[in-house]
Amino acid sequence: MILNNKINKIKDYVLIKNGNIYDPFININDISDILIKNNKIIKVEKNIKSNSSYLIIDASNKIVTNGFVDLHAHFREPGYEYKENLKSGSKSAFFGGFTRVCCMPNTKPVLDSPEMINFINNKSKDLPVYIYPIGSITKNQDGKEMSEIGEMVNAGIVAISDDGIPVKNSQILRMALEYSKKFNIPVINHAEDGFLVNDGIINEGKTSLKLGLPGNPSISESTMVFRDLSIAEYVSGKIHIPHISTAKSIEIVKLFKDKGVDLTCEITPHHLCLTDEILLDYNTNSKVAPPIRSKEEQKVLLNAVKSGLIDCIATDHAPHSIDEKETDICNAACGMIGMETAFSLVFSTLKKEKMSINSIIDLFSLNPSKIIGISPNPIKQDNEPEINIIDLDKQWVLSENHIQSKSLNTPLIGKKLTGKIEYTLNKGFISKHID
Amino acid sequence: MKKNLLLNTEKIDSIIKRLACEIIENNISLEKTCLIGIKSRGDLIAKRICEKIFEINGYEIEFGHIDVTFYRDDFLSNLGSHKIGPSRVNVDISKYNVILVDDVLFTGRTIKAALDEIFSFGRPLSVQLAVLVDRGNRQLPIKANYIGKNIPSSKTDQVHVYVKNYDGKDEVCIVECEK
Amino acid sequence: MKSKHLIGLETTPKDDISEFIDTGFLFREILERPIKRVPSLTGKNIVNLFFENSTRTKISFELAEKRLSADITNFSSSSSSVKKGESLKDTIQNIHAMKIDCVVMRHPVPGSAIQLTNYVDSVIVNAGDGTHEHPTQALLDMMSLKEHFGNIKGLKIGIVGDILHSRVALSNIFGLVKLGAKVKVCGPPHLIQKGIEELNVGVEYNVDNLIEWADAINILRIQRERMGVGIIPSVREYRRFFGITTERMKNHKKEIVVMHPGPINRGVEIDSSIADSNQAIILNQVLNGVAVRMSVLYLLLGNNDLK
Repeated sequence: MILNNKINKIKDYVLIKNGNIYDPFININDISDILIKNNKIIKVEKNIKSNSSYLIIDASNKIVTNGFVDLHAHFREPGYEYKENLKSGSKSAFFGGFTRVCCMPNTKPVLDSPEMINFINNKSKDLPVYIYPIGSITKNQDGKEMSEIGEMVNAGIVAISDDGIPVKNSQILRMALEYSKKFNIPVINHAEDGFLVNDGIINEGKTSLKLGLPGNPSISESTMVFRDLSIAEYVSGKIHIPHISTAKSIEIVKLFKDKGVDLTCEITPHHLCLTDEILLDYNTNSKVAPPIRSKEEQKVLLNAVKSGLIDCIATDHAPHSIDEKETDICNAACGMIGMETAFSLVFSTLKKEKMSINSIIDLFSLNPSKIIGISPNPIKQDNEPEINIIDLDKQWVLSENHIQSKSLNTPLIGKKLTGKIEYTLNKGFISKHID
Repeated sequence: MKKNLLLNTEKIDSIIKRLACEIIENNISLEKTCLIGIKSRGDLIAKRICEKIFEINGYEIEFGHIDVTFYRDDFLSNLGSHKIGPSRVNVDISKYNVILVDDVLFTGRTIKAALDEIFSFGRPLSVQLAVLVDRGNRQLPIKANYIGKNIPSSKTDQVHVYVKNYDGKDEVCIVECEK
Repeated sequence: MKSKHLIGLETTPKDDISEFIDTGFLFREILERPIKRVPSLTGKNIVNLFFENSTRTKISFELAEKRLSADITNFSSSSSSVKKGESLKDTIQNIHAMKIDCVVMRHPVPGSAIQLTNYVDSVIVNAGDGTHEHPTQALLDMMSLKEHFGNIKGLKIGIVGDILHSRVALSNIFGLVKLGAKVKVCGPPHLIQKGIEELNVGVEYNVDNLIEWADAINILRIQRERMGVGIIPSVREYRRFFGITTERMKNHKKEIVVMHPGPINRGVEIDSSIADSNQAIILNQVLNGVAVRMSVLYLLLGNNDLK
């Protein structure tokens, strides 16, 4: 079986030798071997005898852990297949170690009905990753009428969100938070007050000052975070804050978590690991919403991840075509891709912060899995393998060759990263990722 | 490299005196004549000729200077060779016979640039040329009216002119460079 | 000369800024001659790309180019076509194809000039990119100050108006601070960037205090379209608090130098009696504008150090 840079079917026997297995779902953290036969784990033991017919993967000094879960991705299908589709997005996710991906509803048409959800489900059956659609809060993301949330839950959605369009109408948000209690799914609201954004392109601060670009202030996010959490507290709703980016928002999250509000939040690798100085050359690939913040804010975000105030990492993988990015900074689309780099970028950063590898992995698997309440698939006998093998010492430089997405909109090409997912196994597929 | 001293202070002084006499002789109406030195050094030589003319017949002849850098045809390869200085021409040039003054006459390109520049100030009655040294090797059809000294040289030689109030000494020498 | 392009004064070395200004004075002398043209840039192709309405800057650049004997092509396009976002990329490709030596560009989007340098080998001169920089305006302002005061170091310069939306203010701040002047900005507080002190400038909300402090003030044009749309309440209110009015200047004993990048809204940010008085050097600014643009084009197009 040739594995390099290709997704193959798992056939016959695969033996993963001497890996340091970390599975937080069943509390395993030990060096052991895993024997897989016909896409089923048949043994997790030390010193399993190998056989010349086995495909043997030497995992010495490597971490063997569960597949990752991404709560926030844009696979653009239907409607924008020129940027990405479910197939290319899944490949991209698989190469980044993500085996379960939540797809945002900002497609064309919007994922606002059970029919649309079924479309996604049917299309993703044979893909190497599990797709969990997120339905829209309001029909067509218009912010006016609630979508058929219950019907969509029946069809398989795990959360609701109007994605990049904040729910301006507070009453609609209140109703959504109340109604979704019946289905026990979180409401995800992009927290940005459009008036305060005021056409801001990048974080308001010293960098925007120097670049002469209109600034998007941190308060545009934090004021809406406060509103959303106040409503969630009032109606005892379940809320999840996407791509949190400011120190002030963290302060507010702490306040409401301390009060016991059913609240979780995610951060993207780029908001956690980069600062607004990456825009000093006006690189449109670094233009995202909310904007990447200053060094000072980044410090607070890092501490919030370490202390657990921020629950998990989500990529906000947002592919855009060259035409949409190769224009001036005001007209360029917001967003960057992130599947292939998420783990390595976060690990490179958090390693310096002295965070333990197990806690870092939890940000990618255990924690997001709990937020949307999906049943895990631990690494144990009789389960299908859903596994990442990670070389934490690997130093590598991101090139276009590493990217499986249809789009290349990332400012990280050429960047040196530490730690790399070497193999991913899921849904009967296996790949040895490109070096 | 071989360096030969060609002119010293005394010789330069006498040349300037001779140039002054020739200019007086050729320009009957000195009040309609002005000297324009070409920077750098041509302006200083022009000034000394003016002083000499004053010494000889007591007339204070009009005098100015120009920097031809902006007019050079080789500006791309020559820019930055020296700090560009301002030009100063205080008279209405269309009423004057202009005598351009330079230190060394070589290819003729500087003089061509100076002629171009002079015409940006107006249409002079006539233009003459005075040089301290003519070293030959012309690339343009230009000839001096007043020549301090003819110095036959090859293209690769370097002729250095030093002027007291710029370089601290009066001296003209030729440096023969091997190929 | 270290600079290859002139994008903004933030990124231009101090020595280059000084050289642009000093060489500007040489061209200023040429502009006083009967024939105001030198052959320096004969055979050089310069294209003026204006994606935003401009009269003064465009004329000034054109004059500068003509007086350097360059070959000029003009291209103007409305801001509305820029809104579609297609122009910049298409423009880049067109310039590539046309083998242009130098591009002078005005564009409504900040950073567009620097983006252009990523794609094109030509020398790029920024003639204003949105709210980012307008470096030649700041150079001519500084040249006018140097002409008047003899030096820039130690001068106290006030900038009055809508600082937030002004590329003129930003370029002046970067340039003046680099050359050792003290700068204070003055205007409605919500029209001054939060944290602008980080650029080593002072902030003053009282224009009378500013006048007492300053050696010269640079008065920015107030865009009439910002009046009465909730950003500036009204002309009379702006005049009362920030206008350089005849009465206000009478109350101050000292005579300070008054500058304005033009075009002037007479009776709004400045009264005619002040704009036309001896203390105003506004017309010198216009003349120096041509001279300093000649200097910029001459020095950048003949920049030997980089070849």
